[in-house]
Amino acid sequence: MNPVNYLYLAALLFTIGATGVLIRRNAIVVFMCVELMLNACNLAFVAFSRMHGNLDGQVIAFFTMVVAAAEVVVGLAIIVSLFRSRHSASVDDASLMKL
Amino acid sequence: MSTTAVHSLWTTAAAAADPITKIDTPKIEYGQLAPTLIVVGAAVLGVLVEAFVPRKSRYHVQMFVSLVALAAAFAAVVALAAGDYGTTKAGIAAMGAIAVDGPALFLQGTVLLTALVGLFTFAERRLDPEAHGNRVDSFAAQAASVPGSDSEKKAVKAGFTTTEVFPLLLFAVAGMLVFPAANDLLTLFVALEVFSLPLYLLCALARRKRLMSQEAAVKYFLLGAFASAFTLFGIALLYGYAGSMSYATIARVVDGTVQDVTPALANTMGNDALLLVGAALLVMGLLFKVGAVPFHMWTPDVYQGAPTPVTGFMAAATKVAAFGALLRVLYVVLPGLRWDWRPVMWAVAIVTMLGGAIVAITQTDIKRLLAYSSIAHAGFILAGVIAATPSGVSSVLFYLAAYSFVTIGAFAVVTLVRDAGGEATHLSKWAGLGRRSPLVAAVFAVFLLAFAGIPLTSGFAGKFAVFKAAAEGGAVPLVVIGVLSSAIAAFFYIRVIVLMFFSEPRPEGPTVAVPSPLTMTAIGVGVAVTVVLGVAPQYFLELAGDAGVFVR
Repeated sequence: MNPVNYLYLAALLFTIGATGVLIRRNAIVVFMCVELMLNACNLAFVAFSRMHGNLDGQVIAFFTMVVAAAEVVVGLAIIVSLFRSRHSASVDDASLMKL
Repeated sequence: MSTTAVHSLWTTAAAAADPITKIDTPKIEYGQLAPTLIVVGAAVLGVLVEAFVPRKSRYHVQMFVSLVALAAAFAAVVALAAGDYGTTKAGIAAMGAIAVDGPALFLQGTVLLTALVGLFTFAERRLDPEAHGNRVDSFAAQAASVPGSDSEKKAVKAGFTTTEVFPLLLFAVAGMLVFPAANDLLTLFVALEVFSLPLYLLCALARRKRLMSQEAAVKYFLLGAFASAFTLFGIALLYGYAGSMSYATIARVVDGTVQDVTPALANTMGNDALLLVGAALLVMGLLFKVGAVPFHMWTPDVYQGAPTPVTGFMAAATKVAAFGALLRVLYVVLPGLRWDWRPVMWAVAIVTMLGGAIVAITQTDIKRLLAYSSIAHAGFILAGVIAATPSGVSSVLFYLAAYSFVTIGAFAVVTLVRDAGGEATHLSKWAGLGRRSPLVAAVFAVFLLAFAGIPLTSGFAGKFAVFKAAAEGGAVPLVVIGVLSSAIAAFFYIRVIVLMFFSEPRPEGPTVAVPSPLTMTAIGVGVAVTVVLGVAPQYFLELAGDAGVFVR
């Protein structure tokens, strides 16, 4: 199959993720949408790697996975501590500071 | 772009064959990477200290480890600079991953000094009243305990402190050392995450106003992760465009001077679309980190909610590192796209300068006011970035050095003004501060005048250098707008000074805590640098001028 199709899929997934970040209200779901965006990037890397015939893109995909895992650790810690003190993970409820 | 610039996205299978024999043995220049390695090593050591050293002595051990590591790393930077690695011996280290050149060393030195001063404000334990006979710092007794719960009270009673902030600070510094020196896009991304993740955590660790602190951390984290996903997609597209992560290779492909173009496959794809979209997304991620309009929405909330020592460090060091990376990306990777990115950066600089200055006028919280002021300053620095000349680079370097010390000093003063609920950050409580504590108010006035860019302060020298470079680079309208928004910004800085000195103190007003020598040193260094760089900037301008050439 033409590898370009994978690029279209990656762009689609990335857009879905970005839209999800903007419209969803639960911090966990927002965070999952960010992870979807990172995985869309991975797909793009691997597709480009196939097209260029070098391995850089595949190696980068591994780095991205590790970074995403580290981000999950930090992100869930922050979101869970917010949830425990407010009994809500809604990003709309977190509004102590406003302009 | 000429037709030769269009290159192949495909290679034949033969070129990729026999990959095993082609792998070179990695060659690591440990000496040239010493500053980063020392800081990373100390950060890992700090984690071990958390695990094995008894709780009572952790604070002192952590403080010692961090202090020694930052000082040693700064000494290593000075040694490298003295060994001409910033000028004649500038080169690429670690298999093309990290550049060791003038701007990298200058910014690494600035980040390390900022972190050293920031460390003093982190370690301050005399501002809050003692809790159950234990001295406490600005950080939560136990971050995992729910605010106001029994477990939090127990943790406070037992005298816990979050000494993890020291290794977190060191990890953030390590990322910031790599960020402006990164010479390929993968290193750039990893460094971005390495310095961002500890900062997200540090934001959540305030001892007072914990709900606000956690809220700031969630906002910073979600928006930061969102922005770094965009950065990563931009990197993916640039990789797709050039077939390499290396800055030099991408720049050559943009210029059209790359060797192995296969004309038969040259037009399989709209390559310029990949380049333009990829570069836009990458620069967007960097502009998020420097807090430029329209990517600034996180700045005021995070600056207000985070513990003030963290705010000071973050405001100063993140800006230094992120502007360093932005300069390198624009000047090393994308000089061939200059006519495309300059108009965009013009627009961003104008809305950043004006937006930051105008919205700051309406602020009533001193930390938010300083946050909007930092946005305006990001705009001024962008004016120097746009110059795209050697004097543009050196003026930005000088501005960053001057700005970071003013910022960290100003936030250190904010930690001193306190009432029963912790820091009194509302501006109305600062009324008449100059009558009650003339020294603190005078020091803060010096910082505000430096922010405003009044002559004889470092802010003036920095602004003058940046605007001069911008004007020479042909951006005269930008300079006019810059001076105009400086005038707007001066209005609210002066308003705070007037509030402090010429209004009656309120009877229930805040008290000014007497800090330990740690915070005094931080503030003292801030004032000294502000005055020295303002009165005699020539030596430092020359230093920045010598450091102004990127290696490719």
